[in-house]
Amino acid sequence: MFLSRVLLKRHSVLPGFDLALGFALLYISLIVLIPLSAAFLKTASLSWSQFLTATATPRVLASYRLTFGASFLAAALNVVFGLVVAWVLVRYPFPGRRLVDALVDLPFALPTAVAGISLTAIYAQNGWIGQLLPFKVSYTPVGVWVALVFIGLPFVVRTLQPVLEDLNEELEEAAATLGASRWQTFARVIFPILAPTLLTGFALAFARALGEYGSVIFIAGNMPMVSEITPLLIITKLEQYDYAGATAIAVVMLVASFLILLLINLLQAWARKRQGGL
Amino acid sequence: MSAVQLPTTRFDAAVTSTAPASAPQALRRSTTEPRWLQLSLIALALAFMALFLFAPLAVVFIEAFRKGLDVYLAAIVEPDALSAVLLTLTATLVSVPLNLVFGVAVAWAICKFDFHGKSLLLTLIDLPFSVSPVIAGLIFVLIFGLQGWLGGWLQAHDTKVIFAVPGIVLATVFVTFPFIARELIPLMQAQGIEQEEAARVLGANGWQIFWRVTLPNIKWALLYGVILCNARAMGEFGAVSVVSGHIRGQTNTMPLHIEIAYNEYQFAAAFAMASLLAALALVTLVLKYAVEQRVKHQKSDIRTDQAT
Repeated sequence: MFLSRVLLKRHSVLPGFDLALGFALLYISLIVLIPLSAAFLKTASLSWSQFLTATATPRVLASYRLTFGASFLAAALNVVFGLVVAWVLVRYPFPGRRLVDALVDLPFALPTAVAGISLTAIYAQNGWIGQLLPFKVSYTPVGVWVALVFIGLPFVVRTLQPVLEDLNEELEEAAATLGASRWQTFARVIFPILAPTLLTGFALAFARALGEYGSVIFIAGNMPMVSEITPLLIITKLEQYDYAGATAIAVVMLVASFLILLLINLLQAWARKRQGGL
Repeated sequence: MSAVQLPTTRFDAAVTSTAPASAPQALRRSTTEPRWLQLSLIALALAFMALFLFAPLAVVFIEAFRKGLDVYLAAIVEPDALSAVLLTLTATLVSVPLNLVFGVAVAWAICKFDFHGKSLLLTLIDLPFSVSPVIAGLIFVLIFGLQGWLGGWLQAHDTKVIFAVPGIVLATVFVTFPFIARELIPLMQAQGIEQEEAARVLGANGWQIFWRVTLPNIKWALLYGVILCNARAMGEFGAVSVVSGHIRGQTNTMPLHIEIAYNEYQFAAAFAMASLLAALALVTLVLKYAVEQRVKHQKSDIRTDQAT
């Protein structure tokens, strides 16, 4: 009764608002909000210098560099190949297309630990692909990057696909009629329409990669200062009962994720505005 | 609109233009890529996916059966492995229904009513997706761990949450929290409230409206959400790893069992368990694909209904 009187903008004949919203708010508070606030409250109990010693030692800084750097490079590669994959899946009929299309979601469906051990096996020096490469992949920062590429691909492809499907063919015909070559049409007509979506896909893949743990720790080798990602460092601190230190690093990562989430929302609003007009 | 107009313009061009046969073909050639480029792009896409997706999937099964069927079966029926399977199923059977009820409730409130704070609520639902699994585990340690807010109280009452089954369930619920709600909300928003209002006017009560009008309309999206939620619940690793304590036969889930076996160089055992989860992933993809087609149909039906 209380909820509907305070929150409803207009009366509805449908029942169940209080029950549905009341339950949803209770559940979301117990499962998400209260637990997450614990991380911030725990960190707030630290002094500024304690916070800095926990979150800015050389070892932690090295882990940020690796996590953010590898995530960035992985998302960048995913944007390039994600565009190719999405383009091929939407535009070119070829045998097995539907199978390939369904398999794009594999990184969503395959548990990260499974992905982790199988990528490690393939890219190890005696693995299928590892033995063909002149440099080491498994147990190096390159391995971290490989795992993050795996994790991020569906984000770019699945964000691009609906936009490519809805792309108005008349625009391309108009460009062709006006004498544009195929490459010019792509670079000046199609790409500008896709740009906000590509950025959104990049941000989604990047955000996911930042927090990724399961697929990375098997292939990374986890050497401090070299191939140790930030989520692993949080676990290491926890295992040493340094709860405050672990939480402080977690808060740094949470703030970074929330900023990216905000950016993604802005990007999507921009993309809607831009594509809505076409 | 464009789909209706396009053939006519092409037809007109073919009839009226002085070079009738070649005009549409020339147009098609200029709005698509040459054959060699198409083939190279397909090859490039497939090569990329082979390196990063197909090879990892294939290697799981090959490694699992490398030492023969006997070793494979022995690795799976071993007591610790079985208890891991059982715990994973338990955590999934608790967390999926919980998130199902939440998903339906929150989607009902958001899609059938207009209220203040709706967009904030929508953002909050997505929050767990932007939190690292490791942090998802950590926050429950901060609350229920020995040094946590409720740690002393729990110890006094001789209950364990962290390093025990309840902690694993909680962490799983957290990471799978948005899946079902996210699938339901866009569909129910597109469906609007006319049918429910009509049912109400005809004298149906709330539960009747839900069971006989809303539920039949959303069942495929609901199933879709459950499939995704289930896959993630069974495969979750990071969050569960933090709260589990890795006690063999007690708090090991399937993904954690894989980790332990792998770290002890029992690769056959690790890949055997991994093959079960990989098979689950394949089943998920097949189901997902089948249900996706139905949800897509339903959404485009709504779109054409609204257009006419």
